[in-house]
Formats: sequence, C-alpha cells, structure tokens
Amino acid sequence: MEISTQEFKHCDMIKVKGRVDSATAPQLAQALESANHNGKHKLVIDMSELEYMSSAGFRALLAAQRNSKKYNRGEVVLASVPDRIREALELAGFTELFKTFDDPLHAVGFF
Amino acid sequence: MHTVQFAAKFEFLDEIRDFVGAIARDAGFADRDVYNIQLATDEAASNIIEHAYEGVTTGLLEISCGVKNGDSIHVTLVDHGEPFDPSEVPDPDLDADLSERKIGGLGIFLMRKLMDEVHYHAGPGNSNTLTLIKRKA
Repeated sequence: MEISTQEFKHCDMIKVKGRVDSATAPQLAQALESANHNGKHKLVIDMSELEYMSSAGFRALLAAQRNSKKYNRGEVVLASVPDRIREALELAGFTELFKTFDDPLHAVGFF
Repeated sequence: MHTVQFAAKFEFLDEIRDFVGAIARDAGFADRDVYNIQLATDEAASNIIEHAYEGVTTGLLEISCGVKNGDSIHVTLVDHGEPFDPSEVPDPDLDADLSERKIGGLGIFLMRKLMDEVHYHAGPGNSNTLTLIKRKA
C-alpha cells in the first residue's frame, strides 16, 4: 500500500494505492489522523488505484469521518471507488456515511 | 484440497488471499466471486489473528482450500487459539448514524454475507475449525 497527499485550496486529497488490510490499515489510519491533527478536515480519498480493502480499512475511514465531521468542520468523501470495493462498502452500510464521486476532481470541486 | 500452514500474523494476509484466490480462479469462479472469497477469508483470518491469538506471537493458522462437486469452494481455517464462534457475534446496526456506528463485528458480518455457509467447530486438542463455503452463481 502507498499513500500520497496533495493539497488543494479547499481540501486535501489522499491517494491510497494497492491493498489495505489488517497489516496495512494502521498506516492509512495514521495518515488520516495526521491530516486531522494538522487541521485538515476536508479530505478526498482517491481510490482510483486501490486494489483491495478489508473491513480494517473501513474502520480507518469511519474513524476519520467521525473526526472530520466533528463541529461541522469538514468531511471525508470518496472518489473513483472500484466496483468490488464499492460493493463491500455497500454491504457494510458505509455508502450512506460517505459521499462518493466518480472522479477525484469532482470530489475536490465539492468543497 | 490444498493445505498451507501460515504464521498467524497480519503480514501473511496477502499470501492467504493469493492462495485461496488462485484456487477459486482455477475453478472458474467469476472475478467478483474471487474477490469476495478472498475478502471473506481475509476477514476470518484477521479475526483469528486478532482475537483467537490475542497476545500470542507464535500461533499457527492452517488453511485448506478446495472445490467440491465442481461448483462449491470450501475454505477451512484451523487454529489453536481461544475458541471463538462467529455465529455468536451480533450483526452491526447498519442504520446507526455516524456517531453510533460500532467498529466491531463488521468483518464477521461481511464474511457471513459474502459466503453461502459459515460453520464453526471447536474440536479436540484445543482446535477451532471455521469452514467457509461459496457456490458458483
């Protein structure tokens, strides 16, 4: 798994590549926590090159959404969610907790 | 049935998914099913590593995988950690709002939803056997 961050005027984009499971989810959780810690609460997660995500990754996203939405200071949105991952998120009832966008630039434009 | 022993550590989840994925793909399961079989097996294995072997660094996880009658894949996970019956884990409340959403139980829930059958058996010699079955669509 690889994580890269790009700053935009009104939000930050965190790109997650590869596979997120119980071994790698702590790294994702840490990246999201550190963004929140630095006052970044408007976050786009670019999943266009994400191959796999288990519930360990879902938990990291949930924690970040809670943190970001506190005091209405922001929100985590998902972009370019691959089909298999979208299906698993739906099954977990997560698609109601996150806005999703077909491509990262539309997600950036949302903020 | 092919059987492989893995050290019960998260770093081997990649290999565990590759192991069951190759067998499912060879048996002609569709890409979506292959992904879901890998995800269900990952959730089962993660749960064993995290809970059955909590605090144990030398645990072993034996995984057998094979196709029966040409149309159903059986994944069996055997561990020697604390007994844990996933059928006793209540479903998470998927309608709860963000602040009340529970973190636990999600992996078990996905595993049950993604497979057609899940069986747990506490056997002799402190062994726990979890069997996941999925039939071709």
